[in-house]
Amino acid sequence: MKAPVEWMLSYTDIKAETKEEIRELASQMTLSGSKVESVDRVGAEISNVVIGLVKEVRPHENSDHLQICQVDVGEDEAAESGRKILQIVTGAPNVRVGGYVPTALDGAVIAGGHTIRNGKLRGVESLGMMCSFEELGLNAADYPGGVEYGLIILQDIDEFKGLSEAELNGFIGKDVMQVLGAEGTVIDFEITSNRADCFSILGLAREAAVTENRLTGRGAKFNCPEPVVKEESDARVEELVNVKVEAPDLCPRYMARAVTDVKIGPSPKWMRKRLQEAGVRAINNIVDITNYVMLEYGQPMHAFDIRTIRGREITVRRAADGEKLTTLDEVERTLDSSMLVIADKEGGIAVAGVMGGLDSEIREDTPTVVFESAIFDGVTVRRGAKKIGLRTESSSRFEKGLDAVTCAKALDRAAELVELLGAGKVCKGVIDRYSRPKEPRKVKCAVDAINKFIGIHATRQEMEGILEDLGCETHFDEGYVIPPSFRDDLLQDADIAEEVARFYGYNRIESSLLSGCESMSGGLTREQKLCDRVRRTLTGLGYNEMLTFSFGSPTVFDKLQLPAGDPLRDAVVISNPLGEDFSVMRTSMVPSALESLARNHAHRVERAALFEISYVYIKTDKYPDELPEHRRLITLAGYGDPNFFDFKGDVEALLKAVRVKKYDFEPGDAAAMPYMHPGRLCRLTVDGRDAGFFGQIHPVVAAAYEIPDDTMIACLTASALFDAVIDIPQNKELPKYPAVTRDIAVVLGKEVPQGYVDRLIRQRGGSILESCTLFDCYEGLQVGPGKKSLAYALSFRAPDRTLTDEDVDKAMKKILNGVETEFGASLRV
Amino acid sequence: MGIRENLDQIRQKFDEAVGQASVLQQLEEMRVAFLGKKGELTGVLRGMGSLSAEERPVIGQRANEIRVHMEEMLSKRVEELKKKAQEEKLQKEAVDVTMPGTPREKGALHPINQIIDEMKELFIGMGYTVADGPEVEYDYYNFEALNLPEGHPARDTQDTFYITDKMLLRTQTSSVQIHVMEHSKPPFRIIAPGKVYRADNMDATHSPIFHQIEGLVVDKGVTMGDLKGTLEVYAKYMFGENTKIRLRPHHFPFTEPSAEVDVSCWACGGKGCRVCKGEGWIEVLGCGMVHPDVLRRCGIDPEVYSGFAFGIGVERTAMARFGVTDLRQFFEGDVRFLGQF
Repeated sequence: MKAPVEWMLSYTDIKAETKEEIRELASQMTLSGSKVESVDRVGAEISNVVIGLVKEVRPHENSDHLQICQVDVGEDEAAESGRKILQIVTGAPNVRVGGYVPTALDGAVIAGGHTIRNGKLRGVESLGMMCSFEELGLNAADYPGGVEYGLIILQDIDEFKGLSEAELNGFIGKDVMQVLGAEGTVIDFEITSNRADCFSILGLAREAAVTENRLTGRGAKFNCPEPVVKEESDARVEELVNVKVEAPDLCPRYMARAVTDVKIGPSPKWMRKRLQEAGVRAINNIVDITNYVMLEYGQPMHAFDIRTIRGREITVRRAADGEKLTTLDEVERTLDSSMLVIADKEGGIAVAGVMGGLDSEIREDTPTVVFESAIFDGVTVRRGAKKIGLRTESSSRFEKGLDAVTCAKALDRAAELVELLGAGKVCKGVIDRYSRPKEPRKVKCAVDAINKFIGIHATRQEMEGILEDLGCETHFDEGYVIPPSFRDDLLQDADIAEEVARFYGYNRIESSLLSGCESMSGGLTREQKLCDRVRRTLTGLGYNEMLTFSFGSPTVFDKLQLPAGDPLRDAVVISNPLGEDFSVMRTSMVPSALESLARNHAHRVERAALFEISYVYIKTDKYPDELPEHRRLITLAGYGDPNFFDFKGDVEALLKAVRVKKYDFEPGDAAAMPYMHPGRLCRLTVDGRDAGFFGQIHPVVAAAYEIPDDTMIACLTASALFDAVIDIPQNKELPKYPAVTRDIAVVLGKEVPQGYVDRLIRQRGGSILESCTLFDCYEGLQVGPGKKSLAYALSFRAPDRTLTDEDVDKAMKKILNGVETEFGASLRV
Repeated sequence: MGIRENLDQIRQKFDEAVGQASVLQQLEEMRVAFLGKKGELTGVLRGMGSLSAEERPVIGQRANEIRVHMEEMLSKRVEELKKKAQEEKLQKEAVDVTMPGTPREKGALHPINQIIDEMKELFIGMGYTVADGPEVEYDYYNFEALNLPEGHPARDTQDTFYITDKMLLRTQTSSVQIHVMEHSKPPFRIIAPGKVYRADNMDATHSPIFHQIEGLVVDKGVTMGDLKGTLEVYAKYMFGENTKIRLRPHHFPFTEPSAEVDVSCWACGGKGCRVCKGEGWIEVLGCGMVHPDVLRRCGIDPEVYSGFAFGIGVERTAMARFGVTDLRQFFEGDVRFLGQF
């Protein structure tokens, strides 16, 4: 909300004129809760242009239209005459001796950012420039008496007419923008949604006054005179128009006044200046009045040309589904029954609280105007405005909830301004459809409770002072406060406490440390600790932690070659995404990881290793009656040097570091994962439970993502791992008896996974088999086609005795029998 | 030649040889040649039988002196040669220590998570636990329970991604407050770091996904002064011991009173510079006293309990801390970027 400082402070006795004073006011208001976005000077572009007096004019020898002038621009102690006289060449036809004119001095900046420098015009020295309205960025129409083309001559302008020579001489050397009243400062405030009352100059003026009075203690008063209407017309408003409210639930108050003998014309300069500074374009007196009152009171107004109210009856009703209405901005809108329209006997003439209809617009010849001031339901206006895609100054005020008392004042203020501006004659009476008059509300509160809650020691007098300045009635003896009608946000004691606190000063609250009744022991949960252990292990293994987006494009499923109906395709869909690329919640980490690797590859990074612990979002059977499962995955991905077994080594190192017990590896189901290399896909099981997969990306998918063929990825289910973690490892006595080592080499079909053989050896070896380590795998001539040889180093040991050859032979025999019968293996000799 | 002369000759011969010996092997051979069973000195001593009784002790003593002398000389030389050999070995083993080390890969934790880790550490030390909540969330937890009913204008300030009418991507970690308060009994001290979502297009300072850390304390007699004190500890920990904080009244529907918090600029210390746009202060978080209606809705009596809550933007802190100027880099997974932290 842009508040012209001059306008805002006109309702207070605060003096803030210099840049520093205004900055100080703005920063104090920020500290009391009216956050200042910016402080801007209007007319600040113009500099070093002062009022000068033309002392002499003579023709230029080398020109038929240029004239050489001597201009007095103020005192100059160094000069003999004590005056600074500049010679300026001008082409303006209206220059005359004795004219008080704006004079741009050497180095002055005028409209458009042009800098004026001393120079020569057709051989004659010219030390500056005399200016027109346009050159100062001003509109001649704002200064009746002034000319649009030609110099500004001060004493010709209506508001300077009749000034004595002495008074005019007082302007010489003064800043022209100041003299013309063209400069001003505007503070732009951020208005929070709870403060509909601050969406107005009056509301901000009140905040300014309370801030100065209470927070800074400099003392200030807020003063807003009640509007007075003379009611000059003989007609009564009821004779001109009737109002019916058919939807009182959505329109608790509707008021109207009528104005006859309307004379449409420009509004006065002061009003236009205030509107312009507040960011509203001036149009004509009647429209300007509605906007002025909206800004001043925060109450949006509407003015109807009475000729366009067919049947002379205004009805407030819900729109019909599909009802059409063309708004002022010449767009046809389609309405529905959730919206409220203002209608006449034949159809809609305005979308209530949002925008008027094009047909009811005020025209040059409008004879009679009906002013509307009403309260519409905030949620209805907000939804309606959103639906038709039209958020206006008006709707953004209604949606915060407006005050029925202010509604009446604003209507009178509009009528008062009509009379003040001579824009027409105000009819007698007010139409007021007020179905649910608002009762004053008692809010329970107590001095001690507020002090205790905030942690301050404010006196009752301080609290009363603050609350009364804000318009509250205080009754601390009875334990309550009555907030003003325009403060619908003050509902309970915490709200009152905030009012006290912000003017007591948030920064006067003394800091304290939580004492609490019990001391509390904080900490991480088991899962959080394990996640941290995973993260530290993986960074140690050379992986960088990444953070990727949880949503992506549905096209990734095609990129992964997933068949139609694949469960991964059944993703949670965002109904209003930023675009298709960000429209589905991920069901797999593979695309996220590959996209990150692709970016590295595109930047010619030779080797990349990344990991992330994050969620995929899986629909449950009960979705959408239930939230999707947030499944936490540990993802490792990389390209560059890891071959499959290096990568598997990293996975195993991770499992060991987090102390996962009983994990196993199986060849993966390549058919179910078409994005993986079918011969390099491994499934991890932990305690017999599926715990994810890892392997090499399918080359077709690698090509689709433009990443190297040797890209590896692992997606492990965190919960499966964590459930099998040994929390407290138990010490095993170091061996006292010697180990017996034996090697065994078996020849078997090359399709048999080594892991199966390893598992069988361990099973058969029994409790005395301490370790089994593969040390050779051979395929070739010596073992014949379709065969391979696996050689293991076995170590046997018992905790309580030295093993005999007999013990070990027995175990070896069992192992050999096992591999022979299970895998058709034979001992290699 | 008498035995005495013989002894002197042997000694002289020995002294010459021992001086010339340059390897350990030679000294060992000398020990055998002079002192061994068939050694020269031993041979001389064997001839002692032919000496007279007067001569025998004199010569014996003399021979003994020579033997001791030889043994000492030998072990001294052995030590010298060993030392020399050691020195030569060390010399040979010398390397150019300025040659590069064998590269080992070392990954880094994500800068965003490093900030979260630090915050966890700070708050756990103050008795907090770390809570978690769903990202795909019910409207109720993200808005309604936090005093933002359907149609509330403040909903507009958080451009929300919706899944269905009732389901959305959480726009604030404040939703975790409700889960915590519904599922356990006060007192609470929790922080809840996590991802939040807003329909903002990606640019250098905006992202549709970013991270917040929510804080919630509910107990008997918690005051706004406690909130301020807690935030001061946070600010000093995060931005340096000399950091000051400033609270400005603001509005959040789920806290009352509410405040936005500025910290004195970490770049200029509050004098005003480019980082703080000349203000001397930088906004870092929003906070307030938990709204009584929020407590009530979760079955907590605001007459008995009070509490505070705060929400900290992580990206902003990480950008300031690590000098990152483009937010997008956090989410690109570029190892050249990530490896720096």
